[in-house]
Amino acid sequence: MNNAGQAIHIKKEILVRIIEAFFSEDFEEQTRLIPYIMRPKGMEVPYRCCVYKERAIIKDRTIAGLGFSIEEDDETVSLAKYAKKALERTNINEKNLTVLQAACKGCSTNRIYVTDLCQGCVARPCLSSCKFGAVSIENGRSVIDDSKCKKCQMCVKACPYNAIVKISVPCEDACPVGAIKKDETGFASIDFAKCINCGKCISACPFGAVHERSQIVDILKAIKSDKKVIAMIAPAIAGQFPGNIYQLKSAMIQAGFDDVYEVAQGADITANNEAKEFAERMHVANEQANEWLNTWVNEGGYEETPAQTEEKNIQKFMTTSCCAGYNELIKKHLQEIKPYVSETKTPLYYTAEIVKKDFPDAITVFVSPCVAKRAEGFDNTNVDYVMNCEELGALFVAKRIQIDKCEKLKYVKESSKQARNFCLTGGVAESVKASLKDESSVKPCVINGLNKENIRLLKKYASSGECEGGCNLIEVMCCEGGCIGGNANMNSQKAAKKIIEELSSNSEDINKI
Amino acid sequence: MSKITVKVCMGTTCFVMGGSNLQELIEIIPRRYGDKVDVEGSSCLEMCSVQWNYSKAPYVKVDDDIIEEATVEKVLSVIEEKLGAEK
Repeated sequence: MNNAGQAIHIKKEILVRIIEAFFSEDFEEQTRLIPYIMRPKGMEVPYRCCVYKERAIIKDRTIAGLGFSIEEDDETVSLAKYAKKALERTNINEKNLTVLQAACKGCSTNRIYVTDLCQGCVARPCLSSCKFGAVSIENGRSVIDDSKCKKCQMCVKACPYNAIVKISVPCEDACPVGAIKKDETGFASIDFAKCINCGKCISACPFGAVHERSQIVDILKAIKSDKKVIAMIAPAIAGQFPGNIYQLKSAMIQAGFDDVYEVAQGADITANNEAKEFAERMHVANEQANEWLNTWVNEGGYEETPAQTEEKNIQKFMTTSCCAGYNELIKKHLQEIKPYVSETKTPLYYTAEIVKKDFPDAITVFVSPCVAKRAEGFDNTNVDYVMNCEELGALFVAKRIQIDKCEKLKYVKESSKQARNFCLTGGVAESVKASLKDESSVKPCVINGLNKENIRLLKKYASSGECEGGCNLIEVMCCEGGCIGGNANMNSQKAAKKIIEELSSNSEDINKI
Repeated sequence: MSKITVKVCMGTTCFVMGGSNLQELIEIIPRRYGDKVDVEGSSCLEMCSVQWNYSKAPYVKVDDDIIEEATVEKVLSVIEEKLGAEK
């Protein structure tokens, strides 16, 4: 297993151990022992310098698993105390991520570096390629002045010996909004004012140093209480486990939930509402265009473009609004696109509303493939807790549940084919299209993953008011591949897609509006 | 020459602890070894229930050998070794 895979293995094992500790007779003591059980005395040290460092890192990971911030830990508090605090707390913190600094120290700063392969050639293309005067020759070899270097990589491309390299910091490179940075001490830290909770840093870090702050203890507490606990599973979850979603439902009930709803049920409502909104917005735009055309024809043209009365009226495109990462991006970095964004709510919103109507006193838990939905859950009072797919998997392991041996249980409402495909890139646009009588009115454009380039593209669409190729419906998904590319998924995208498509191909078509 | 049999545990514990990545084996092995090696995804092989050792999951069985914390690379190298020994 590579390091990243192994880091995920360790994270999951810790979650299983926390859950086992919770159901044991002494939660505090069993939690305190986790680092010692995983790295016992005399064990061969697998990764780091010594068993003590390994234990320290496992302790930090356990702190995140209990839902606390590692940055705020002063290293004097024992895991037993943390376990106690987790049991006593009634609120969850809105900062969803925490960086494990002891694990992070491994990589060097993001910079351009001239290696020993530099031949000190006569042509010196590196020197001439640099627009910032950062390259100089010392002792016959190239040297880069970090204070002048803008990391444009022109010298990297120019060197015929491939002697100049970019030293990457994977989390910084993965973050589309510059929210995670190594500070002067060499540790990465997250700027929550900028962070859109996309989870790309979690997937990118080969040391597994970025953690989600788990709400698993809060969820277990709810399960243990007298209250009903209802789980809502995101469409992507259908592709993450062995067995099928009907067996998954009974496995989850065995694990302690009282009932399970498919969030695809809400996706059906989102798709229909978004289709209505799309038709209205585009109708207004068409009317306006026709009016201008008439004026132009009847009055022999006009000198200036007619004044735009209301901004909303002349929109040539609408973007989808169901992706939590995208919604965070709009809020923090892309306000200008707001008028173009559909006002329709997310599938989770509608599902949670239905659940709270069916069971007003129940506690709701959303099972999510990504960290961004934690932020959405925090903003929605109908969503009490969010657990990710790995945490649900850990719960099955701790409870020794075999999903493929469980009986099949029907969902109260079966979702449509298109709603179940919501988690695949292109799936949301497709469902809006399929909801309309005139499917040809939709010209979709798919933003498959929010990276720096796609964010620039969206900015351009927002400022010009037009989307490339005359497209009128922009589907935005933060993760490449759709929600099945989320940071907390277990299955490969290919395998997940296969399972989901098999399920959806046996489902009914979505209702037309 | 006797055939090598590979069983990839697809029980929930193995799947969660990383076995999902081992599904690749089911495609790679026939492509690479043809009919010298049989491979199948199996329901729980019950390795994890021996002393409840889930931390060593995922498990793969190559003939009678049990591979702990299995990865695609680990399994392939065991197959190579066995094929080499038979030659």
